[in-house]
Amino acid sequence: MMEFQFHQPASLAEAFDLLNTYGDDARIMAGGTGLVLQMKQRLAQPGHVISLRRIPGLNNIEAAADYHGAMRIGALCTHWQVETSSLVQRQTPLLAQTYRHVATPRIRQMATVGGGLVHGDPNQDPPPSLIVLDASAVIASASGQRIVPVEKLFVDYFETDLQPGEILTSVLAPRAPEGAGTAYLKFLPRTADDYPTVSVAVVVTPGPRNVCRDVRIALGAVDVKPVRAAQAEDLLKGKPLTKANIQACAAAVPDLVEPLDDYRGSADYKREMAAVFTRRAITQALASVGKG
Amino acid sequence: MNQPIHLRINGADYHLEVPTNRLLVDCLRYDVGLTGTKEGCSVGVCGACTVLINGQMAASCITLAVAADGAEITTIEGLAQDGRLHPVQQAFIDYGGFQCGICTPGQIMAAKALLDVNPNPTEQEVREWMMGNLCRCTGYYKILESVVNALKPGQGAKA
Repeated sequence: MMEFQFHQPASLAEAFDLLNTYGDDARIMAGGTGLVLQMKQRLAQPGHVISLRRIPGLNNIEAAADYHGAMRIGALCTHWQVETSSLVQRQTPLLAQTYRHVATPRIRQMATVGGGLVHGDPNQDPPPSLIVLDASAVIASASGQRIVPVEKLFVDYFETDLQPGEILTSVLAPRAPEGAGTAYLKFLPRTADDYPTVSVAVVVTPGPRNVCRDVRIALGAVDVKPVRAAQAEDLLKGKPLTKANIQACAAAVPDLVEPLDDYRGSADYKREMAAVFTRRAITQALASVGKG
Repeated sequence: MNQPIHLRINGADYHLEVPTNRLLVDCLRYDVGLTGTKEGCSVGVCGACTVLINGQMAASCITLAVAADGAEITTIEGLAQDGRLHPVQQAFIDYGGFQCGICTPGQIMAAKALLDVNPNPTEQEVREWMMGNLCRCTGYYKILESVVNALKPGQGAKA
């Protein structure tokens, strides 16, 4: 690892100043699990590392009064904080379950919610669940803040919508709709702490006569960024939630993804598994309706 | 680019000056002389280098020493008190929870972190918690037995 200058600003304003002064030569550090690894491998060689650790107010989970009862999860909250938060478990159990699927307990006590998102790794667990919940990222800069749906946050492989001078400060996560069921499935054929071969998150809301009122499906590890399977959703919306209709919806998923061949499976295999796990995720989500 | 840092390690204060790219595992082993913490995979996966930072588990091989500035750190050397082993350490001896021993400090630190938040874990909870600590000797059953029994009544009194 190359040496660098290490900054620990005490406020966001100070952090923006540093970012604007050092530009491309600076990297923001939260939990450090992604950045330090990249620096060890010399994939990143910043001259300046700006740690957010000393900035107060970035590691709380609270009800966000100004956002229709959504939760505001500070960017510096660890994965562990999310999975063990009673507010999250009560209000959005899907998120507690999803964050619990990440890596190992040790990494979950280090890695942060914001750091994970801006890392932009398409294999990560949280993005699909955040996307089906219609969560948004709050992105701040010296000139103000903007709110970006997590679905629009990812631009390409390890590339996000974050612009120079910007810092992701929190995530706004709404509750799943009234009467909805949720599921996050992670296909792990290798080891329990691995990234998924494919992962699928589903929020499905059944209406009267078992007709699908709404469904949202998102997948991880099947493309250069997380994928919202909107065309597959359209095949199920308004239709009875029968085995055959769920199967038809899942069967549309392989055409919506572009997986990479790697040691977790070939692209063809991941395509097939994307359909299998979508079907299972919808079925599991339906089984969870009414069970909190 | 050296930077002054203050670490409170196992209850003692250390004022050090370290290069910014110094990893915590190297700082502990070579700057402080606490060689109980081992480096295994160097990428945060194997758990051998596990220490506690402000009570939370951390992989010291992917933690910058400067990022731990001001923190309270517990290493394997900090567990025994007044010449008495920590119950987890005693249980690893009583139940044969190690073979070659390289992963043991990390295993014990992870087990301590679990028992600090959950003093009476089920076997399944222990399995899930300890999944981030690899043993290349594959001595997992004995490790599991050690952790499950560490806080059982009577355990630890044998020291």
